[in-house]
Amino acid sequence: MAAPAGRTSTPARYQSGLHRYAILLAAATLLLVVAGASVTSNQAGLSVPDWPLSYGKLMPEMTGGIFFEHGHRMVATAVGLLTIVMAAWLWRRESRRWLRRLGLAAVAAVVAQGILGGMTVIFLLPKAVSIGHACLAQLFFAATVAIALFTSRTWMTGTTGSGGRLDSAPGGELRRLGIAVPAAAFAQLALGAAYRHKAIGLAPHVLGAAAVTVLVLFFWFRVLTKFPGPGLLPRSAAWLVGITLAQVFLGVGAYMSRVATTDAVQPMPVMVVFTVAHVAVGALTTAASVVCSIVLLGAAGLEGRRPAAAAADLA
Amino acid sequence: MKHRLSVILLVIPVFFLAACGPAKEEAKKEEAPAAAAAPPIDEASAATLTGKVSFTGPKPVLKAISMEATPACSRQHSTAPRSEEVVLNADGTLQNVFVWVKAGVPERQWPMPATQAKLDQLSCIYKPHVIGVMVNQEIEISNSDPTNHNIHPLPKVNREWNESQPPKGDVKKKQFPREEIMIPVKCNVHPWMRSYIGVVSHPFFAVTGADGAFTIKGLPPGEYTLEAWHEKYGVQETKITVAPKETKTSDFTFKG
Repeated sequence: MAAPAGRTSTPARYQSGLHRYAILLAAATLLLVVAGASVTSNQAGLSVPDWPLSYGKLMPEMTGGIFFEHGHRMVATAVGLLTIVMAAWLWRRESRRWLRRLGLAAVAAVVAQGILGGMTVIFLLPKAVSIGHACLAQLFFAATVAIALFTSRTWMTGTTGSGGRLDSAPGGELRRLGIAVPAAAFAQLALGAAYRHKAIGLAPHVLGAAAVTVLVLFFWFRVLTKFPGPGLLPRSAAWLVGITLAQVFLGVGAYMSRVATTDAVQPMPVMVVFTVAHVAVGALTTAASVVCSIVLLGAAGLEGRRPAAAAADLA
Repeated sequence: MKHRLSVILLVIPVFFLAACGPAKEEAKKEEAPAAAAAPPIDEASAATLTGKVSFTGPKPVLKAISMEATPACSRQHSTAPRSEEVVLNADGTLQNVFVWVKAGVPERQWPMPATQAKLDQLSCIYKPHVIGVMVNQEIEISNSDPTNHNIHPLPKVNREWNESQPPKGDVKKKQFPREEIMIPVKCNVHPWMRSYIGVVSHPFFAVTGADGAFTIKGLPPGEYTLEAWHEKYGVQETKITVAPKETKTSDFTFKG
């Protein structure tokens, strides 16, 4: 697939259809995260022993654990197709080369995710593959949210040209925080996946939760100090704080409900709801931290201007 | 960029396949151990072990299973079935206790039990809940239900496998080549379904039934360690010596 000639030199323009489609893709991906978490929480991970078909069919009887496992596969297929259309749309209509490449990377990620999902079935949930599958899902969701941000009117009118590039961003404490927060959120997510798939104990995940919460609050404080007012960056940071605190609450709930239902003969709804919500809001936490990072670093990279001035554009 | 993507797409599956390496080692473990030199069996001097497994303590509350989400299962029960994790008989004895001779049995190629080992999926419950088999003994697994099941043993020593079985599908014949106490068996379609298989290198084992009793016949005279395993209450063992043709009683009591 060759890029249209001269596309890279054309200024980017806002395309409402593309942006709405990107939001649809991100929403569908969040639904996919929920579907995937439901498979694990309902202990249905191996209820369909074959892959890529299910019980040798495209559409098996949707009963018991098969509903969750095959339902997950159906949503994943839909997200895969949506991602391919997204990449094609970006390739044909988007002038920013790096965004076109992000679309292709998303396709590669969703294909890799499908392969990992198949491997969890064929190799009977090896921990490394299951954790990799969980982590890549969250990275992919963050990528779809980033595409939605990059195609938004706010982003495109508040920034120009290659506003998302990191290489032109200046140094500074906030820039470092802008990198540390999503990195810590993702590391915490990986610990959560490792705990969920019984590769590690609970302690690292709890310590990680404390560290991420403190880091996010500190980040919020620094953002408010440097950029007081109703700009996009303070707003994103406030959302990040809210989502992170909700995530801590859900984490406590997920653990307590799991302990309370340890002796149950089957997964109990209270545990399933808390745990699935914890996974989904974990994805939102990572995505929100990535948005904050992009807004901060992208704004800082605007045409070589000072971070404060650039971020003020985002107000 | 295309080249890089191709490399990444190739590297990721290879990396994870490498991560799955232990599965191959497990497969190697599946080779059955070589049979030991076989001293003759003197059936005339064989002894018998018998006993009962009792329970003391507060009567356990039997948990109800909710099958409402799967009508093919719930239709087969007039009331919510109870978990078989603890099945207490009216006389205070316990069902589903696996009793086996853990140590002392001479190493040799013992004959397979005459009774066919069977595991059925009936009304979305494994029947029986606990079975014992000898190493490499064939187990007939059937699905008497009008719905799909998957059979998924979770061994630590033997190879793990997971296979589907359609409604009234063909009987599956499976065996485990290494001794293992106990192998949990799950159905991931119906997460309440669980059974246990004890795999022993000799035929000296039994599972308690509706009378809480066990009988192990044909044991050569000698000193043995007898173990009783229960899903919830763990294991107990006792030393026992049997003389030729002796019938010895050894009871167990699990506390709740």
